[in-house]
Amino acid sequence: MSDTILSIQNLKQYFNIGKKDGKPVYVKAVDDVSIDIRQGEVIGLVGESGSGKSTIAYSVIGMYEPSGGRILFQGQDLNLKGQKRTLAMKKDMQIVFQDPGSSLNSHQTIKEILELPLKVHKICRTKTEREQRVRELLDMVELPENYMFKTPDSIGGGEKQMVAIARALATEPKFIILDEPTSALDVSIQAKIISMLLKLQKEKNLTYLFITHDLSLMRNIATSVGILYLGKLAEVARTEEFFHRPEHPYTQMLISSLPVISDEEELLKPQKVKSTGEIPSPVNIPPGCSFHLRCPYVMDICKAEDPLMSYLDETHCLRCHLYSLKNSQEPEACGQ
Amino acid sequence: MRDYHEADKTILEIINLKLWYKVYKGYSKVLDGVNLTVRKGEKVGIVGEAGCGKTTTVKSILGIIPEKRYVIPEGQIVYKGRDVLEMSERELNGIRSGEISMIYQEPAAALNPVFTIGQQMIDVVRYSSQGKGKSKKEQKEMVLRAINDVFIPDAERIFGFYPSQLSGGMKQRICIAMAIMTQRDLMIADEPGTALDVTIQDQVHRTLNELVEKRNMSLIMITHSLGVARELTDSINVMYAGNVVESAKTKDMFKRTLHPYTIGLMAAVPRLSGGGIQSGIYGSIPDYLYPPQGCRFAPRCRRATGECREQKPPVIDAGDGHLVACWHI
Repeated sequence: MSDTILSIQNLKQYFNIGKKDGKPVYVKAVDDVSIDIRQGEVIGLVGESGSGKSTIAYSVIGMYEPSGGRILFQGQDLNLKGQKRTLAMKKDMQIVFQDPGSSLNSHQTIKEILELPLKVHKICRTKTEREQRVRELLDMVELPENYMFKTPDSIGGGEKQMVAIARALATEPKFIILDEPTSALDVSIQAKIISMLLKLQKEKNLTYLFITHDLSLMRNIATSVGILYLGKLAEVARTEEFFHRPEHPYTQMLISSLPVISDEEELLKPQKVKSTGEIPSPVNIPPGCSFHLRCPYVMDICKAEDPLMSYLDETHCLRCHLYSLKNSQEPEACGQ
Repeated sequence: MRDYHEADKTILEIINLKLWYKVYKGYSKVLDGVNLTVRKGEKVGIVGEAGCGKTTTVKSILGIIPEKRYVIPEGQIVYKGRDVLEMSERELNGIRSGEISMIYQEPAAALNPVFTIGQQMIDVVRYSSQGKGKSKKEQKEMVLRAINDVFIPDAERIFGFYPSQLSGGMKQRICIAMAIMTQRDLMIADEPGTALDVTIQDQVHRTLNELVEKRNMSLIMITHSLGVARELTDSINVMYAGNVVESAKTKDMFKRTLHPYTIGLMAAVPRLSGGGIQSGIYGSIPDYLYPPQGCRFAPRCRRATGECREQKPPVIDAGDGHLVACWHI
């Protein structure tokens, strides 16, 4: 068993969106989420829009200060009161954003873009060293050397995302957050980028937190998958288990909604649950289990009480009254 | 021009359509001889990646690309026996208001934010051939019935809503309601689920499918997803760089994939059954200003030979109406 590299413990991320009757109103974008990520794994965090998946990414990378809970990276608390994250902490953790068009500065050449992290983290001292490193980085993402002198505007969307990945690799991180890196791209380009990401992951023993809305993609690349619904984890399991034995009604609904391209895949879809309803606004989260308005198995208890995390086994947990009735436990980090 | 018979059931036929956009440097030769047939009651899919010309193809059917921006050097779009390209604006308006309807990818952009849903829908009825001359009450009834048809409860309340008060999925349902409000023969859906979440997309697609079948409309479904096409269509046309490279009945297409591009596309789709991710297709779509001389896929094709680079491939019937444009079949 490998070691835990990132531990998210009861993370809460509330945003103040104004006042009503003199009391502040909050959007609970992330509410009590706990995940453990081990070295060398690919964790898929899946959810519909507004489920809080990107918010978790931004909290981990440090764009938001958590409203509650802790994020431990290699055993270190990332958000100690009154302290900024040190450069060393930032070096080991990088992020790749969804839209490479806006995450790369179009006024800089690719060389300048890739040199910036090297300068900030003082990785290469001399000009020639830096240039050599930029060459290596481009080579890692299979882009030709002469791309150094191009600007992001003059290359394709897929290639831009490759540059964004190269930039994330510049500091030799251990952990990379991928925030929907391929959802703006065509499938043939997606396949190319994903296979490259997996190759890099093996070579460098990287850990990925992969944020996406594409379950089929996670089936093929993730070690574990977690489903988010309105800021809370609905179900977490190992990938094999997750797709062969989805237990949460929401997971079943998601899988049964996927368009697939073969009969073989069609058989894997749960047949009983048809998708109904829409994800409610995170401002007005329904009382009880937030999924009860769309759930085909809704019971009286679902409307009144929010279910706790229950464990089917060590790696498979879900938050649903159908199962929590069996053996309920205190919620803790759902590990692998 | 061909005669249109109800009996032969072909409602729309695009024949060797070439469309070039005028740009600063010359002509961007986007469509390069598109062939497409839609029969009555048939659901036809156009599948292709970004920039392959699928939206341009359907926009040219309705004549909604600004006239100054393009030229059509060759080709015909025969709708019910008449060439759309030779029609006057007045005749085209007749088709737009009574025969063909279209749903767009982005429902938020398709609806006007400063008018209520009701006002916008009444407008559609008022200018349609079936709604003309009806009383206001009758027109409103038509609208309410249409909102009910797309499975939105409480139509009366939705009637007074502004688009911003509805979710993305609801907005797309309203767009579908607008498209089916009056009896149309052909519906064009341009990626109606792409902007939506997967569970919502599933619901919108089911609604669309049910209505099209119930009303015996023909459907042209544009999508970039082979999975969506498989679930919703009777036949599929795969487009690459302004050509239909492969065309077949949906079942046949998945059983017997022939064109190298389609094979590459299928392999790139992540499967629910697992098995990892393939390496994708090498390269990117050609620059339409200077497209390859022969087969437009040749620069990315592993099977390409000399003749692929020099001459456009012929369209070969591989049996059962399965058409492939490739030299190596």
